[in-house]
Amino acid sequence: MTTPPTPKALGGVGTYIDDRFHSARFAGVNLRKVFPNHWSFMLGEIALYSFIIILLSGTFLTFWFNPSMHEVVYDGSYTKLHGVTMSQAYESTLRISFDVRGGLLMRQVHHWAALIFIAAMFVHMLRVFFTGAFRKPRELNWLIGATLLILGFVEGLLGYSLPDDLLSGMGLRIAEGVLLSIPVVGTYLMFFLFGGEFPGHDIIPRFFTLHVLLIPGIMLALVVAHFMILWHQKHTQYPGKGKKESNVIGTPMYPAFAVKAGAFFFFVFGVTALLGAFAQINPVWLYGPFTPAAISSGSQPDFYMGWLEGSLRVFPAWEINAFGYTLALSVLIPALGIPGLVFTPLIIWPFLEQWVTGDKRQHHVVDRPRNAPVRTAFGMSGVTLYGLLWLAGANDVISERLDVPLYGTTWFFRFALILGPIIAFIVTKRICLGLQRRDAAAASHGYESGIIKQLPSGEFIEVHQLLTEDAETVAVAKKEVPALAAAVDGDGVPSPGSRSMMGRVRSRLHNFVVKDDIPVGEPHGNGHGDGHGGRPELGEAEAEERKELRH
Amino acid sequence: MTDNDNTNGSAGVPGEEPADGAETRRPRVIGTPPPAESHRLLSTDTPETDGDPYAAGPYPGMAHERSEERIRSGVRWAALFFVIAFLGSVAFVAGYVIFQVGDLWQTKWSNMALGGSLTVILLAIASGMTMWVRRVMPHYDVVDERHPLPSEQPEKQDFGKFFMAGAKESGFTRYPLLRRTLMLAMAPLGLLPLVLLRDLGPLPEKKLRHTDWKKGTKLVVDGTGEPLRAADFSSPGGIITVVPEGKEHDLDSIAKSTVLLIKLRPEELELTEEQMNWTYDGIIAYSKICTHVGCPAALYEQSTHRILCPCHQSTFDARKAAKVTFGPAARPLPMLPITVDAEGYLVAQSDFHEPVGPSFWERG
Amino acid sequence: MLLALAVIGVVYAALSPETGRAEATVSASVKDVTEGKRLFDQSCASCHGLNAEGTKTGPSLIGVGAAAVDFQVGTGRMPAANPGAQMPRKRPVFDDQQTKALAAYVASLGGGPAIPSKEQVDPATGDAALGQSLFITNCAQCHNFAGGGGALTGGKKAPDLHETTPSHIYSAMITGPQAMPVFNDTTVTPEQKRAIIAYIVETREEPNPGGFGLDRLGPVSEGLVGWVVGLGLIVAAAVWITAKQREND
Repeated sequence: MTTPPTPKALGGVGTYIDDRFHSARFAGVNLRKVFPNHWSFMLGEIALYSFIIILLSGTFLTFWFNPSMHEVVYDGSYTKLHGVTMSQAYESTLRISFDVRGGLLMRQVHHWAALIFIAAMFVHMLRVFFTGAFRKPRELNWLIGATLLILGFVEGLLGYSLPDDLLSGMGLRIAEGVLLSIPVVGTYLMFFLFGGEFPGHDIIPRFFTLHVLLIPGIMLALVVAHFMILWHQKHTQYPGKGKKESNVIGTPMYPAFAVKAGAFFFFVFGVTALLGAFAQINPVWLYGPFTPAAISSGSQPDFYMGWLEGSLRVFPAWEINAFGYTLALSVLIPALGIPGLVFTPLIIWPFLEQWVTGDKRQHHVVDRPRNAPVRTAFGMSGVTLYGLLWLAGANDVISERLDVPLYGTTWFFRFALILGPIIAFIVTKRICLGLQRRDAAAASHGYESGIIKQLPSGEFIEVHQLLTEDAETVAVAKKEVPALAAAVDGDGVPSPGSRSMMGRVRSRLHNFVVKDDIPVGEPHGNGHGDGHGGRPELGEAEAEERKELRH
Repeated sequence: MTDNDNTNGSAGVPGEEPADGAETRRPRVIGTPPPAESHRLLSTDTPETDGDPYAAGPYPGMAHERSEERIRSGVRWAALFFVIAFLGSVAFVAGYVIFQVGDLWQTKWSNMALGGSLTVILLAIASGMTMWVRRVMPHYDVVDERHPLPSEQPEKQDFGKFFMAGAKESGFTRYPLLRRTLMLAMAPLGLLPLVLLRDLGPLPEKKLRHTDWKKGTKLVVDGTGEPLRAADFSSPGGIITVVPEGKEHDLDSIAKSTVLLIKLRPEELELTEEQMNWTYDGIIAYSKICTHVGCPAALYEQSTHRILCPCHQSTFDARKAAKVTFGPAARPLPMLPITVDAEGYLVAQSDFHEPVGPSFWERG
Repeated sequence: MLLALAVIGVVYAALSPETGRAEATVSASVKDVTEGKRLFDQSCASCHGLNAEGTKTGPSLIGVGAAAVDFQVGTGRMPAANPGAQMPRKRPVFDDQQTKALAAYVASLGGGPAIPSKEQVDPATGDAALGQSLFITNCAQCHNFAGGGGALTGGKKAPDLHETTPSHIYSAMITGPQAMPVFNDTTVTPEQKRAIIAYIVETREEPNPGGFGLDRLGPVSEGLVGWVVGLGLIVAAAVWITAKQREND
């Protein structure tokens, strides 16, 4: 078998490009890039591909959409609304839906892809968080990712406001109320954003520009940066046989991964098209055009804003009126304070963790979540908080569908939002430590195979099988958190860094992270001497027998 | 992950093929380095042909035993999917021509035809490609060595010196006047766009304190624009949404002025005397804009006299001047003083006595 | 003086249409009234009192009118199995004839709104566009934009409108059953009520052009489907693409 000759046409193109870019070496290196083979490494790709789908379908929609709040009387194909006064934005959305072939499909694809985009960013971010893939040298890419997530929220909010239907208009109304609650400048911000009083005639055209130009432009730039950094730093990988900090093992870009990635793009697009074809989303014709005097029960934002809706619903009615000014805490805290409470730790986490653990090493083999119990527990408590807020945002639907009293759901969430994250933290940490112990045990004397064997003496034992090499590498993959520089040096003089208040906070936190840690177990022969583990004690024949059992 | 039989290609260990790697696996003590592995290394047992390093494939030493029969079946599957995808495109174009949009059923069929065929096309291509990569292409893992990210010390030092030499040459470090005036020139530059944004909207002034209700403004029913006589709105337990006459289509006005009119039995009201004077024969008018974040507090339970905002469930008691009984709203809904004119039509006595809608800083 | 005149106006306006209708109902059939009385004594009197004057468990029915009876009994809400906050719709206990008789009896006690005629509630002759704007300002806050119903306080619910007959929708508007407010004919005219009915009926009968309607619940069910079906299928595909392969596979 020899390499087939390069086809003439391809060679021609290659030569043309290489003459101009000196690209043979560059292309050769990059086409050999290695992608680890694990489904959870594809989650970011879902976000990337759905972003592309959103750009494509969104471009289609702009050909007909008219972002104007000028009022017209409807006379299009949706006869039920004939004669109803509505904005041109709403009217053109109806036109796209009912008078353009494929228009409804593209609207639905656009909206479904948006939901999938943000959901994919979520799960991708959770994967990166729980495996510690954000650690040095990837902190900056974490920042870019977090920015993309927040921009995704904003972009989604802007997008679903555009059709100017009753539901989205209510979202704008709430946005107005939230802006007004900002101390000192709130009223001004609101008047500047809306071009006067709510709703005015400016908000939709302004949102349109932000939605189709500014925010996607920034996002596209950040996506490119995110991807280039990833490419340059190479992928992380899960622990496993042969996987080291100094290498990355997986499928090469060319030819296999290119086809895999291509297939995956088509899967993402295909599922989006499937939903667009068969699952109705955002039926604005049912909501009706926006009017500030009307509202529907069960009014909800899209899922990613649901948590803020939830925090607005369950927060108690606090407001301070003093010195002729009003501080609307019951809006300010849930709508702006809670996002701050969630986003700030999210953004600074890589730096915070590095500061607390003092771990300045480069990490390319990721953590198993269990091996960083405090981080995992913190993450789970964040997920719990978010999830509960999200559910609270649908408390009326929960009340109606599950027949529980409405106020009861509110009270439930008020308590659950405080207790839930704490319980999640404790439970997750316990589970992580338990799993670590199991790993340590399995690494030191194998795992319980379930095979019962009778010894020549007549005694029955359960055979402990050794882990496979790969599994063993995984089981002992935990890396110790480095110790902080001793607070007190050999002569009993406190080190300068630990005396300050921040120093004391830091050593407390460090202690919190490491205090329950299970020491990284020696893989074999740790002195249990029960004859069911440790390779060194095995006789030649027995070792042979065990090896068979392994397979 | 942990199933050893599946780590095919043994992480790029050349020569550990073929077939049942599990049987021939050498026991290896943890901590000893794995056998030399890199895709750039040529495997010794891969015969070179005429000096062509890629004679056996793009990643020398990487091989994957798979029966020809199995590969052919993979090719057939992939080809089948690609043909389906092509037929899907034909169906898409046909669907575009055949199914027109217009009424809801037509739109539904069109949407299903276009979306369904698009789904078939995309998923068929995806499945075909997956078949291709999984059944036709060889499967192996390649090891890529990382290069340490920090630069070598001499490189760093050299760059540092080079950079500072450049700074010195430019005079930037040497002439503070140059440096400072440049910074002076740059500093306000970021502010200019903000200044330009000033004309985005008018200043708030007192606009949030007033609505379009004035003494004698008729209450007209939202949706029909017809004025309402007290005598017509006479059934206890009744509600209706009203707006100022002449502003029926002015959304900016409705957004502030819309009022929920409720008819109760006069004896059910528990109001101060002043508030009592703002009602007429058990008809009481509350701002419909919730004091929380401005959704219409539109839901009224006549059996409990609760006004509920469906957005965040702030609850107000209609009998007691819309006192807040549950939820995040901190203030009662403002009452609009109403009465009837000579012809018996409901009219406003005046504007609201306090700002309507969500709280704002200057509200006080 | 003006005020007094206005008050007289109120009283007159309040009474005249109702008395007019009450007379019509009373003259309906004496036989119906007798039969209605018999049924009432059997099934209703224990809560509403022997003369429909009301008890602790049930309100007075004097003056509620035939429409209220038609709605409550015709939708199976009455007789209530166990009186509570929410009176759920169920299979009616009485047939049409018996319901009419009961309605005639209750109407004979003190007038009240009559059962609307077929023409009054014919969705085909209603102006759905007018109905749309009236529906979203007056009905959607409880019954939801698509008539799917919604949560109220204290365990009560606004029912969905998927099966409610035009006549029952009309009766509900005019009588304000349970927690529902009243929309009398002088506030929302019969023609406007017919417009609302036309909108409700047309909305619930129209297909969902975008595919499955996801119960027309809006973003809650959309989010659920996006995560479970959308992301679920895509992740399944990712698992397929990246799954480890056997040596000879």
